[in-house]
Amino acid sequence: MEPLGYRQLSPDRLDATFAALADPTRRAILARLASGEASVTELAEPFAMSQPAISKHLKVLERAGLISRGRDAQRRPRRLEAKPLAEATDWLERYRQMLERNFQRLDALLDEMKLDQRNTKRKRHGHTKP
Amino acid sequence: MLNNAGTLKLTTPSDREIAMTRVFNAPRKLVFDAWTKPELLKRWMIGPPGWSFVVCEIDLRVGGAYRYVWRGPDGMEMGMGGIHREIVRPERIVCTQLFDQDWTGGEAVGTLTFLEQAGKTTAINTVLYSSKEARDGALKSGMEQGMEAGYARLDELLASMEAA
Repeated sequence: MEPLGYRQLSPDRLDATFAALADPTRRAILARLASGEASVTELAEPFAMSQPAISKHLKVLERAGLISRGRDAQRRPRRLEAKPLAEATDWLERYRQMLERNFQRLDALLDEMKLDQRNTKRKRHGHTKP
Repeated sequence: MLNNAGTLKLTTPSDREIAMTRVFNAPRKLVFDAWTKPELLKRWMIGPPGWSFVVCEIDLRVGGAYRYVWRGPDGMEMGMGGIHREIVRPERIVCTQLFDQDWTGGEAVGTLTFLEQAGKTTAINTVLYSSKEARDGALKSGMEQGMEAGYARLDELLASMEAA
């Protein structure tokens, strides 16, 4: 409906972030990592998925900068990187504000239309003062 | 601002849909007009600061077309349009919609519903995409309805991050 200067507003990084977020499994992984770092095995547990499948999702998240690898060389735990997510949310917030500004303009227009309608009715009923 | 009857709410009723709900402090007859008469629509559906609504044509008949074009500060244009499939004044409009850049993986179907209660109107704008991939594609490419599908999820995610 409304336009969005997408290419203008959004750097490639946002693109990668949103692409990574467009998958429910990856969002679930991020939600899990929000409560602390976890190994690939631990991350695979709640999903009916093989470890390679989970690893594939982790690669996408890593490329988008949404997760990184912890120090423990054996467990190779993944952890959440908050910054790209915050950037994406900021962008969405600006976007929501833009839509809301549209609707606030509509609010004002509707007030004007209500007033016009009332005035027309009043005229019709002969209540207007000269 | 004082009469701002409600804030925008975005939901995902199904895998292929995104719904945008907003309450307006006016009867639906007026909301319907403001949404369907070009001279009125042009006054509010403008977009981000610096953008202008340069083409707004609406043939409000079943089978009639509409076409919108916006222009950005750098001269970039964004267009979209479609065909009206159903018009029930002042309750409901169903139309196809397709962006010139086709960010949404083919044609989507928009249903705009106006419910009136005690002089206030709830506008529900639902967009049905051709597939889940198309809807998620809208998310990926930054289309507004699509964005919001991820937004609700992000809210959850951020809430869980704060709790952690």
